[in-house]
This record gives sequence, C-alpha cells and structure tokens, in this order.
Amino acid sequence: MLHIYCPYCEELREEEEFHPKGQAHITRPADPDACSDEEWGDYLFFRDNPRGIHHEMWVHAIGCRKFFNVTRNTVTYEILETYPMGEQPRFTAEYPEGKPADQLNDAQQEPSRQEGVHV
Amino acid sequence: MSEHTSATTATGINMYDVRPTTEVPAESPLAWSYHHTGHPGVSQRSRVVIRERAMLGHVVLRGGAIVLDEAVRQVLGFGLPARPNTLNQDPSGERSAQWLSPDEWLVIVPGGEEFSLEAKLREALGDAHYAIVNVSGGQTLLELEGEAATELLMKSTPYDVHPAGFPVGKGVTTVFAKSNLILRRPAEDRWELVLRRSFADYLYRWLLDAGQEYAIGVDD
Ligand SMILES: [Zn+2]
Repeated sequence: MLHIYCPYCEELREEEEFHPKGQAHITRPADPDACSDEEWGDYLFFRDNPRGIHHEMWVHAIGCRKFFNVTRNTVTYEILETYPMGEQPRFTAEYPEGKPADQLNDAQQEPSRQEGVHV
Repeated sequence: MSEHTSATTATGINMYDVRPTTEVPAESPLAWSYHHTGHPGVSQRSRVVIRERAMLGHVVLRGGAIVLDEAVRQVLGFGLPARPNTLNQDPSGERSAQWLSPDEWLVIVPGGEEFSLEAKLREALGDAHYAIVNVSGGQTLLELEGEAATELLMKSTPYDVHPAGFPVGKGVTTVFAKSNLILRRPAEDRWELVLRRSFADYLYRWLLDAGQEYAIGVDD
C-alpha cells in the first residue's frame, strides 16, 4: 500500500483514495492542423515506459478530486515527490537526487496554497 | 424557503428550491432504511449512538477562495476555512463551512435556510466567477457519539481517527467501508458523517453491523 502526499490536501493519504492517470506533462500540439500525422499520433497514443524515474498524473479521486503529478521510480515504487498541476518536477532522470537550487522556481522552494484567506 | 415554490431567476440563473412545499412529504435518504432495516433503540449498554440530522440545507460553493470567503462572511457572519481539511462553524454549531478542495466548500445550514442562503450569496457575489449548487436532496448527515465511536470509525476507514491526527475542527473526504463519505469532528465527543443518498442505506447498515458489539442505538 502506497502512502501518497496530496499537494492540495497537504497530507499523506492511503493509496485507496487515488487513481493513476498515466504519463504527466503531455502537451497538446499548439496547432493540430499544422502538425504531422506522426506528431499527432505520438501525442494521442504513444507513452514513455521508463525503467526508473517516471512522471505520472494521479487523481485524488476519494478526497479533493484534484489531479496532480507524481515522480515515481518504476523499479522500487518509491514516490520521490508529488506536485500540483502546472509545476515542474524537482527529481528527473537527469537529476535523480534533485535539481540544483538554481534550477528551481520560487514555488518549488516554498510550496504554498490558499494565500489571502483569514481564519 | 417554503414560500418559494417555483423557479426564481437571480443573476440570470434559474434557482430551484429542491424541497418545495407539496402534498408529498419530503423524506430523508434514510427513510427507506428505517422502514426496512429498522432502528435499534438506545439503551444503557449503548456505547455508540447514531442520530440523523435529516433535511438540513447542504450547499456546495465553488470558486476563488477570496471572493467566496468575503460573500460567506457577509451572509453567514463567519468565513470559509482557509486550511485544507478543516471546518468552520458559527457559535451555535448550526451552520458550518467545510473545505473540500482548493476551490470547493460545503456549507451546511438548518433545513429551510438553504434556498435563501443561495439567493443571498448570489447577490453578494454579483459578477464573480463561481458556482453554487444546492445538494440538500442528495445527501444527509449522521451524528456519531459515545465512548466507542472512535473504535467504530477505526473499523470502517483507513483514515487515522486518533485524536492526535484528527482534532476537533477537522473534516475530510475519505474511504469508508469500501464506499466514501465526508467525515468531520465538530466537537470533542461528536463525529459527523455526511452521506450521499445512493450510499446512505449501505452505510447505515454497515454502521449498525459494525456497531453491534457496542450495542449501537439510533436516537430519533
Ligand atoms: Zn487531495
């Protein structure tokens, strides 16, 4: 059983509450009419299947119902990080120990949500 | 509100009272269960007691935290919970707002107030980008009390309900008996379960079964 940190609920939850949703960071071709059949086919059907560090989308289906990203090692099942949609991973195949600090943006240094609401 | 029996237009949106006054009495999602499964009484031996708070007003708010918080503050007198998995209540405990996701909150008010609450919020929100859905007909609320209430929950959900991990004022959506519900703790000795209509009978029967060893009783 995996224990997964939901970046929106900001706590660890049981795997039972989540569903994996495939490879993360897939970008739709900006101008579908202008791209080749191969590019469109890659976008629609072809997915990476790496041995080691992989970036995946998961959804907190029984919880906040938000999608988020997971960096997971497909060999050890270790989850290296989870991060909100729209952000970039800290751990990659190139930097399995984490990107150097100068390559991280402000959001990654200090993750915070929900600013501006008073209790 | 019972005086509004037909659709009212507010800010170009049709608003319907999901519980208009009609000849057919409105019934809680558990009405069928009480009839078919029954409701064991509360006795001296009961270490867990269930009490349904039927027919409350349940309203789901979606939108930006800041703009919704302002409107709720204006209409209800208290704000939305700012932190994930938390619950705010008015001093009487009759009205509450719970965080469900970064852009979604569940507001529960006494039955009959939900329709005017929606109208007032729409007025306060004006042209803001938001959604308000009255889900009162789709769910119900169960209170769980008694010394064995935490034990009963531990049998039913993988979520950590130990007081250290689940303080008063916390509320989560989680797995419960292979189904799911909203679990919250508004007071030291009281838990609340918000059940969806389609799961209500199953969960009610699960609770009775799991609570048998604690001589569970249904308070009505
Ligand atoms: Zn979540």
